[in-house]
Amino acid sequence: MTATLERGLNALREQIDAPVAAFFSSCVSCGICAEACIFYRETHDPKFTPIRKLDLMRRLWRNEYTLFGRLANMVGLGRRITDDDLSAWEELVYDSCTMCGRCTMACPVGNDITMMIRKMREGMSAAGHGPVELIGAAQRHSDGSSPMGDLRKALRARVKHASQETGIDIEFDKQGADYLAIFSAQEIAEFPDVIAAMARIFKKAGVTWTVSEDAYEATNVGVQIGNRDIARLLVGRIVDTAEKLGVKGVISPECGHAYQALRWEGPNLIGRPYTFEVVHIIELLDRLRAQGKLKTTGKDTTRLTFHDPCQINRRGGIDREPRNLLNMVADDFIETDDAGTMNWCCSGGGGVGPNERANAVQSKAFNMKKRQFEKVAPDKIVTMCAFCHHTLEAQLDDNNMDIEVQGLTELMAEYLDDETWERGPER
Amino acid sequence: MKPMLPELMQTHGVSRRRFLKYCATLTSLMALPPAMMPRVAQALETAVRPSVIWLSFQECTGCTESITRSHAPTIEDLIFNAVSLDYHHTLQAASGHAAEAAREQAMKDHHGKYLLVVDGSIPVGDPGYSCIAGISNRDMLKETAAGAAAVVAVGTCAAYGGIPHADPNPTGAVAVSEIIKDKPIINVPGCPPIPVVMTGVLSHFLTFGVPKLDDLGRPAAFYGETIHDRCYRRPFYDKGLFAEGFDDEGARAGWCLYKLGCKGPTTKSVCATVKWNGGTSFPIEAGHPCLGCTEPDFWDNGGFYRPLSVPAGDFRKVGLAAVAAGAVAGIGGGMLAHRNRAKAAAEHEEVDAHDLEKPS
Amino acid sequence: MNNPYFDLLMWARGPAFNIALFIFVAGIALRVVEIVALGRKRDLAPAKGNPVAQGLKTIFTRSVPRKGLVAYAPITYIGGYIFHMGFFVAFFLFGPHIAFIDGLIGVSWPNLSRVIIESAVALSVLALFALLYARMADPVRRALTTFDDCLVWLLSLLPMVTGYVAVNKLFGDPTLMLALHILSVELLMIAFPFTKLMHAVTFVMARYYNGAIQGRKGAQS
Repeated sequence: MTATLERGLNALREQIDAPVAAFFSSCVSCGICAEACIFYRETHDPKFTPIRKLDLMRRLWRNEYTLFGRLANMVGLGRRITDDDLSAWEELVYDSCTMCGRCTMACPVGNDITMMIRKMREGMSAAGHGPVELIGAAQRHSDGSSPMGDLRKALRARVKHASQETGIDIEFDKQGADYLAIFSAQEIAEFPDVIAAMARIFKKAGVTWTVSEDAYEATNVGVQIGNRDIARLLVGRIVDTAEKLGVKGVISPECGHAYQALRWEGPNLIGRPYTFEVVHIIELLDRLRAQGKLKTTGKDTTRLTFHDPCQINRRGGIDREPRNLLNMVADDFIETDDAGTMNWCCSGGGGVGPNERANAVQSKAFNMKKRQFEKVAPDKIVTMCAFCHHTLEAQLDDNNMDIEVQGLTELMAEYLDDETWERGPER
Repeated sequence: MKPMLPELMQTHGVSRRRFLKYCATLTSLMALPPAMMPRVAQALETAVRPSVIWLSFQECTGCTESITRSHAPTIEDLIFNAVSLDYHHTLQAASGHAAEAAREQAMKDHHGKYLLVVDGSIPVGDPGYSCIAGISNRDMLKETAAGAAAVVAVGTCAAYGGIPHADPNPTGAVAVSEIIKDKPIINVPGCPPIPVVMTGVLSHFLTFGVPKLDDLGRPAAFYGETIHDRCYRRPFYDKGLFAEGFDDEGARAGWCLYKLGCKGPTTKSVCATVKWNGGTSFPIEAGHPCLGCTEPDFWDNGGFYRPLSVPAGDFRKVGLAAVAAGAVAGIGGGMLAHRNRAKAAAEHEEVDAHDLEKPS
Repeated sequence: MNNPYFDLLMWARGPAFNIALFIFVAGIALRVVEIVALGRKRDLAPAKGNPVAQGLKTIFTRSVPRKGLVAYAPITYIGGYIFHMGFFVAFFLFGPHIAFIDGLIGVSWPNLSRVIIESAVALSVLALFALLYARMADPVRRALTTFDDCLVWLLSLLPMVTGYVAVNKLFGDPTLMLALHILSVELLMIAFPFTKLMHAVTFVMARYYNGAIQGRKGAQS
C-alpha cells in the first residue's frame, strides 16, 4: 500500500465531526488567528493565517458534509481537492504550524483551529504529504523502538549511569511498581540527567518506579505527522507494557506532544480507557509537594524564567504546577510577557523542529522568544519539555545568546532536601 | 341670477376682515406665496358661481357629513354656498324624476364648464350593486363626466376605491380615475377628508384652476407631509416613549401610539396641523392611532392595530413550518453526512509508517 | 389607484417577509441540525476538568479579547465591538423593532430613545467602514476576504442606512424608505443561512466545543 490522494481524502473524511462543522460555520474571516500565530507575527506573511491552513478541509466539509454544499456541487460550483492542492498546503500545515494552540485561544468565535490542523494532518499524511523527516521518524519508531532508532542500549547505559551516580537502584520491568517511567528520545540522547533526578526525588518521596525496554519511548510521531494508526501502534506499546507490569500509573515525561498523545489521545486511539493513570512528571512532582513528600533546601539565586510548553500548559492544562515548584527553589523568578496559558511557542514543536524545509521560517519565528528573553534577561530558562529544551538551546546558540536551559525536574532535584547528596557547582 | 359672494357675506353677517383672514389662511394652506392673498380674495369675490354636480356612489355619506357639518355658519359653509350645487342626492330637495332632470339640465346648461364632484366608489364587477334612477354608477359617471371641466374625487372611496374596494372587494369597486381618463381629476382622499381641505381645493379650483398634484393625484399642498412628521406626539416617538395599550399610563400621558398600530409615519395628510371640527382635535389627539385613511387600500394595509414594523402575514405558521422543514432537511443532510463518514471509515485501510510515502 | 410604495411595503411586510422568514428559520434549523447530527465521539480519556461547565462558560468569556491581541489588530477588534454593539442596540432596543419582535414571538422589553439608537447606528456604520478599510488595507484580511465577506458587509450596512433614512425622512418617500428598510432586512435574513452570518448562531456551539475540549484537559479556554 502506498499513499494516495484518495486515501488522504478518505482519512480527512473520517475526521469531520460536529465541532469541525461548528467551527467552519462560525468563521467570520476576521484574521485574528493570524495575530496570535507566531509564524504570522514574525513573518507578516498572510499565507500563514491559521484558518487558511484549513481551506482544503473546509472545502471538503462544505462539499461533502453540508446539504448546501452538495447542492452547489450538483450545479457544478464545488471545487474538488487535487493532489497539487495538498502539495501546496504542506508548507502551511506542517512547516509553519507547531500546533501551539494560540489561535485556538484567540479566535473570537471559539474555533479550535489547532484541533483541526491535527485532523488536517491525518489527510495530508495518508496522501503522502507528510514531511520526509517525520516519515523517517515514523518508520524508525514503528520498526524499532524510538524515532531515533533503537535506543535500548543507550537507555540501559543511561539508567546504569544514573544508578551509579545516585547509588539508587533503578529496576527494569519491575512488576507492581507505582509508576512506569517513559522518556522522550531527546532526554535519553541529550538530557539524561533527568533519570538521576527522578531517581533521587522518588526515592525521597517513597515512590516506586520502573523502566522498560519494551516501552521507554514517550514521543509519538503519529500524533505529529497526524496518523492515528501509527499513533495507536506507538501508544499501544506503552499501554501493553504498563498493563503487563501492573503499574498504577505511567509518568509522561518532560515532553509536550507525548503528554497529548498518551494522556489525551491514547484512550481514544485504542478505543478504551486505560487501567492505569497517566500523570505528567511535573503534575506528579507538584502532587508530591502538596503531600509534603517533596521538600527542598536552598534557593537558586540566579535569575530564572520559565518557558511553558504549549502542549503541556495551553493544551494540557498544567499551568500552576510548575510555578508551585519553581517558587520552592527560585529566588529570582521572573515571568516573560504572555507567560502561562498564552506563552509563545519555542518555534520547534509539532514536527517543525526536525523538518528541514521549515528551518528558515522557524528561526524567524524564534525572534519572538528571543525578544521576550532579552526583555527579562534571565540567567537560566527552565522548562518542562525536552523538545522545547532542545529547541531553545539550539536557537539561543544560533542567536549567540548565552542562557542556560534546564528541565524543571532536574532543577527540583538539585535543591532536593537530601543530606546524602552533594550539590553545587562541583557536582 | 345667483348672488355673488359679497352679497352672501352681507346676508350672513360676515365682515370683510374675517373674509380676508380666511383668504390668508387658504393662501398659506395651499402653499401659495403670501403675496398671492389679494388675488385669492379678488378671485373669490368675483368668481361666477360655477355649477357643481355632486354624484354619490358606493359611499356612506360621511364625506357630505364632513363638508356640511357646521354648528354655525362658517366660512367653509359660505364658500360652499358660493357654488351652485345643482345636484346632490342628500342635500337637494327634489327627488325622483325631478332630481334627475335637474342634473340633466345643469349638464346641458353648463356643458364643459361645470365641476363634477364624486364621492363613493363605482362597482364595475357587477354594476347592479349600485344604481341611481336605474342608471348604473359607471354609466352615470361616464355620462356626467363627459361635459365636466374637471372632476374632484372626494373621499378615499372615490379617490382610490376606499372601503368598498377592500379585500375581497365583492362589488368590484374602483376609483373614479379607473373610469375617467380624459378629464383632470383631483383626488381629495380621507375617510372623510377634512372640510377645509375640501373647500380649499374648491377655492383653488375657482381661483387658479387645478392645483399641483402628487403622484396619487392629491393636491400636494394638503398631502405633502406625513402625519408623523407634524404630530404633536412625535417627541415621544423620538424619546422612545410608547403607549402599549389604550388604557395604560403611556396612553394617558399622551405618548406615541406607534405600537398601537399608528400609520402616521406612512400617511400623508394635514390632520395634525389643520385638525378637525374647527381645529379642535384629530384622531391621534383623541388617543387613537392614525388609520392611514388618506392612502390607497388603507383598509388592507396590515391591520389597524398592528404596528407598521410588524409583518402583516401569517408568519407564525410560516415560522413553525420552517422549523419543521429545516429540521427534516437537517436530519436528511446529517444522514448523508453520516453515510459519507461511515463509508470513509469502512474504506479506511490501516496505514503503517511505510505507507506514508507516495509511490515515486 | 394604487400607491406603488404601499404595495411594496405590504409585499415586504407580507409575502416577502414570509419567504425571508421561511428561508431564515428553515436554513438555520437545517444548518444547526446538520452540525449537531454529525456528532462527536465520546472522549475516553479521563477528564481533568469539567468540560460542560467550561464549555458553557467559554460561550461568554470568549467575548473578551485575549490579552495583548487588541494592539495587534485594533481596527478589527474595536471596529468589531462597536459594530456588533451598535447593531444590537439599534436592532434590539429601538421601539418599532421591539414591537416587531413582540408581534413575532410575543416578548418585549423597554426601548431606548432615538438619539441613542441613531448614535449607535452612526457608530456602527462608521465601524463597518473601518472594518472594510481593514479588510482592504491589511494583507491578512484582504487575503481572507471572499465574496461572502463583501456580501455580508453590504447586507449588514443596508438595514442601518435604510433604517436611518426612513426614520429621518432624509430623502425619498417615507413609505418607500420603510419598505426598502424592511426589504434590506429580509435580504439579510435570506442570506443568513448561506453565509458567515451563521456565526451569529453557531458561535455558541463553536465556543462551547472549544471550552469543552480545553476544559476536559483542565486547560484554560
